[in-house]
Amino acid sequence: MSEAYIYDALRTPRGKGRKDGSLNEVTSLRLSAEVLNAAKARNDLDTQAIEDVIWGNVTQVGEQGGCLARSAVLASDFDERVPGLSINRFCASGLEAVNLAANQVRGGAGQAYIAGGVEMMSRVPMGSDGAAIAVDPSLAMKTYFVPQGISADIIATEYGISRDDVDAYAVESQARAAKAWEDGRFAKSVIPVRDINGLPILERDEYMRPGTDMQALGSLKPAFKDQGEVMPGFDAVALLKYPHLERINHVHHAGNSSGIVDGAAALLIGNKDFGDKYGLTPRARIRATAKIGTDPTIMLTGPVPVTEKILAESGMSISDIDLFEVNEAFSAVVLRFVQAFDVDHDKVNVNGGAIAMGHPLGATGAMILGTALDELERSGKGTALTTLCVASGMGAATIIERI
Amino acid sequence: MTIFTYDQDSDGVVTLSWDQPGTSMNVMTLEGFAEFEELFDKAMADDSVKGVIVTSAKKDFAGGMDLGVLGKIRAEAGDNPAQALFDFTMNGHRILRKIERNVMDPKTSKGGKPVAWASPGTSAGIGTEIALACHRRFVADNPKAKIGLPEILVGLFPGAGGTTRVTRMMDLMSAAPILMEGKMLPPARAKSAGLIDEVVAPDQLLARAKEWVLSASDADIVKPWDKPGFKMPGGAPYHPAGFMTYVGASAMIHGKTQGVYPAAKALLSAIYEGAQVPFDTALRIEARHFTSVLLNPSSEAMIRSLFLNKGALEKGAVRPEVGDERVKKLGVLGAGMMGAGIAYVSANAGIEVVLIDQEQAAADRGKGHVEGLLDKGIQRRRVTEEKKAEVLGRITATTDYAALEGCDLIVEAVFEDPTIKADVTARAEAVIPETAIFATNTSTLPISELAKASARPEQFIGIHFFSPVDRMMLVEIIKGRQTGDRATAKALDFVRQIRKTPIVVNDARFFYANRCIIPYINEGVMMIAEGVEPALIENAAKQLGMPLGPLQLNDETSIDLGVKIAKATKAAMGDAYPAAAAKADEVIFRLFEEGRLGRKSKAGYYAYDEKGKRIGLWTGLGEIWPVAEDRPDLREIQHRLILVQVLEAVRAKEEGVLMDIREGDVGAILGWGFMPWSGGPFGWIDIMGAERVVEICDRLEASHGPRFAAPESLRKMAAEGTRFYQGTEVAAA
Repeated sequence: MSEAYIYDALRTPRGKGRKDGSLNEVTSLRLSAEVLNAAKARNDLDTQAIEDVIWGNVTQVGEQGGCLARSAVLASDFDERVPGLSINRFCASGLEAVNLAANQVRGGAGQAYIAGGVEMMSRVPMGSDGAAIAVDPSLAMKTYFVPQGISADIIATEYGISRDDVDAYAVESQARAAKAWEDGRFAKSVIPVRDINGLPILERDEYMRPGTDMQALGSLKPAFKDQGEVMPGFDAVALLKYPHLERINHVHHAGNSSGIVDGAAALLIGNKDFGDKYGLTPRARIRATAKIGTDPTIMLTGPVPVTEKILAESGMSISDIDLFEVNEAFSAVVLRFVQAFDVDHDKVNVNGGAIAMGHPLGATGAMILGTALDELERSGKGTALTTLCVASGMGAATIIERI
Repeated sequence: MTIFTYDQDSDGVVTLSWDQPGTSMNVMTLEGFAEFEELFDKAMADDSVKGVIVTSAKKDFAGGMDLGVLGKIRAEAGDNPAQALFDFTMNGHRILRKIERNVMDPKTSKGGKPVAWASPGTSAGIGTEIALACHRRFVADNPKAKIGLPEILVGLFPGAGGTTRVTRMMDLMSAAPILMEGKMLPPARAKSAGLIDEVVAPDQLLARAKEWVLSASDADIVKPWDKPGFKMPGGAPYHPAGFMTYVGASAMIHGKTQGVYPAAKALLSAIYEGAQVPFDTALRIEARHFTSVLLNPSSEAMIRSLFLNKGALEKGAVRPEVGDERVKKLGVLGAGMMGAGIAYVSANAGIEVVLIDQEQAAADRGKGHVEGLLDKGIQRRRVTEEKKAEVLGRITATTDYAALEGCDLIVEAVFEDPTIKADVTARAEAVIPETAIFATNTSTLPISELAKASARPEQFIGIHFFSPVDRMMLVEIIKGRQTGDRATAKALDFVRQIRKTPIVVNDARFFYANRCIIPYINEGVMMIAEGVEPALIENAAKQLGMPLGPLQLNDETSIDLGVKIAKATKAAMGDAYPAAAAKADEVIFRLFEEGRLGRKSKAGYYAYDEKGKRIGLWTGLGEIWPVAEDRPDLREIQHRLILVQVLEAVRAKEEGVLMDIREGDVGAILGWGFMPWSGGPFGWIDIMGAERVVEICDRLEASHGPRFAAPESLRKMAAEGTRFYQGTEVAAA
């Protein structure tokens, strides 16, 4: 079996996922194609060497439908003989694209892949592709379906995470993200988004609110309390599954949950021969990948069991990991991870995360894997674990080693 | 047999009038369906017929389907009941679809005959589903009329197109109270909901319907769903407008039903899946889900207990064969909450009432309570000022026992003290006719003991009401050792007059209902001492479909009453007092000492705010009885909470306290809300299978003590593989 390496990682800045967000004017197709072109340009790629473009994307309708991956290849400067594969593992789609590519490479199916993803949440609203698990009563009732915000609040309630805890975590995420930008820690990866004439549209993450403090967050009302307690009453469903709880403690709001943003990211994955042939230097080895299904009601606890699984399968222990990227879907997701493994917060999301910078669903996994790689190189550390919680009760993880 | 009459007038309008022989309310039978179709076909085939009015010769249109039919179909279906029930349901769709589409051209929808529905009064279930298939619906402006689809209340859902049609006539949110809660609407509200089209003066009902039939155009008689481009009102499930409604509907139904009612789930699936396909396909989907519900043991059990057997008991299934014993003049002794409640329901039923208390002020307060209940009715527009005056006029509040002269029934509801009760018994019997029946409303004292104070113990009986009397539907009639048949008949006729449901049991400690409820409360309470999280105890109970968890129930019934009962029981039983009860007492006595008496003291297992609103479980419980390390399995908690009730019911049957399992089941559901989906304690055993129940008993007996020991009769059933009931048909013990 050959090894899979990361040769490059790049991402766009994240635009606010609203009509007044800077990237709202850019199509999903163009943003995807621009990222592919940047990957080609930065590495002086002969795109005929690319076996496939695996593109994570959650809401695959409208302009994101119809296998956007293939459309993006055709819209880019890539050779038309490169195919494209759109995939959806919800919030881990970007990471799953990398894992699929890595495992294809390891299995000998091709030398190199582009893996990444895109989500233009300002243009293709989250949930607009429908979802039987939420709408079909036979499955919604079987799985005790509640929306993710309620799930995050169940995590907080079940694991004794308070409103102060989740707010303090969010304040720290903002502070770390601000400092990371200040120090230029994302400079290696972030490519500016330009218009058709080469004029800049967006060069920095624009969702951040540096200087956010406990007082500012404290004034926000819990976002999921009404739908939990009043209409339509999801808490009653949650308590059917978690009957030892008397009630759900609603602690999450827009300030301590991931931001809705636009963005795209890509990694160049290949085996050793590929690097040798094209004169590219591998930056990291993909040591292990894993995915898992978990309880769909609490839904977002996947990072814990998938980490246990990936460590066991790769014969590692939690102390072998120098750096963690745990997607900040909601504060409680990360706090639960930290609690479960008793890891030092100083090793987790050291440059901030989705609470501060946003979570472009299909792209995030690829983005934070790139962030982990950059940070390994900057800090001189060796091993990083990237993991995300996933809708409908799943988890995904990747372990990389710097070279 | 003639069920429908066919009458064509000179203008070519046929009136199909439903007049089920031998009953005051029309109910649909297989014969009724066949006859209706035959007559409808005749009208369609006759060129001189311009249109049809479907109406009723009785004061109401229909009460619904004869649910006994379902059991018969299943029984006759042999080894493929699914096919038989599906075919039966599809046949209903075919006939109702025929009303809707009749002779119109299937492509152009032209050339059909208008069909009006004209109801003089109430219409429920299949009656309303027939209405929905008609082209225009008229209801008489009759204050007693209610229109609706209450199937969900007996474990079904509207399966003759009601589900598919209502969700195409209004958006899902508006349809929810009608389909998912089974709300019966007065004509004006049925009209504003869009269920019917016109409310007309009763004497104009048929004239107006006829006028419409003669004037209706081709376009007037095509349903929206039979026109091109039809869209689901409020949006289909994956339409942006409908998406969140459907997401919310599942959650609401799931939370409200705690997931234990199969009909609610099937209803929602029928709506969801139906909303994505053409109308006729949606009907077929509705039929598939309806069939699945008919095949579900829970629905079978609910129909049996809540419809068939409840009806049978109300109609006197266990009444001794003696003459008419309806009450003309009632004496109520004690004008407290119970006495006043009994006076209210009796006067409401047209019975003259003498309400007696020691002090005139107390008697007046009792009558004032009745007035308060009537005023609430006025607020809700269910009672008129005239009706209020009439009801109050029937009640004489006094201290004078001489006013009891001429009473044919006395219900005593004084303080639970044998001496006081003996005294009022003697005082009343000194005045009332020798033929009068004397009843006590005691909930704790043995009837046979109290009867000793009576000069005529064969005319002495227990009539145990539940609180609040005006809302609780069950009345437990308790026969003392010497109680005679006439007393039982009197009590049953009285209960029938006040339109409640009776069960008749023999005298034993706590009779039937309390005998089962008290162990339920105790089981929950002792779990606190074991270190089970209080929320888990309460939620486990609610997830069984119990209306209240044991802790909340104890807060409602009050903790000092629990202490009192515990002390009295201990005194009566001595060394035989079970260890398990002593464990529950530890908690109850401690709360009592802390002054936490339940809701009435705004402190109990729960914490309450100033106004007495429950805030949440009292956090002090966890300080006194710390939560144990190991959390018990939810199933085990639930089995304990179910079995302490169910085994009491079985023992009551073994001991002859219960004489009829139907009474045990109906009484449990109406008396204390025992898991309605199960059809009652005996129904639950049938659903589980006696063998499995005995298995659980053995396991729980080993881990939790002899209160879970399987009674002999249950072991025998397990060994022989028998059941309490054979199918849906009304089954005697």
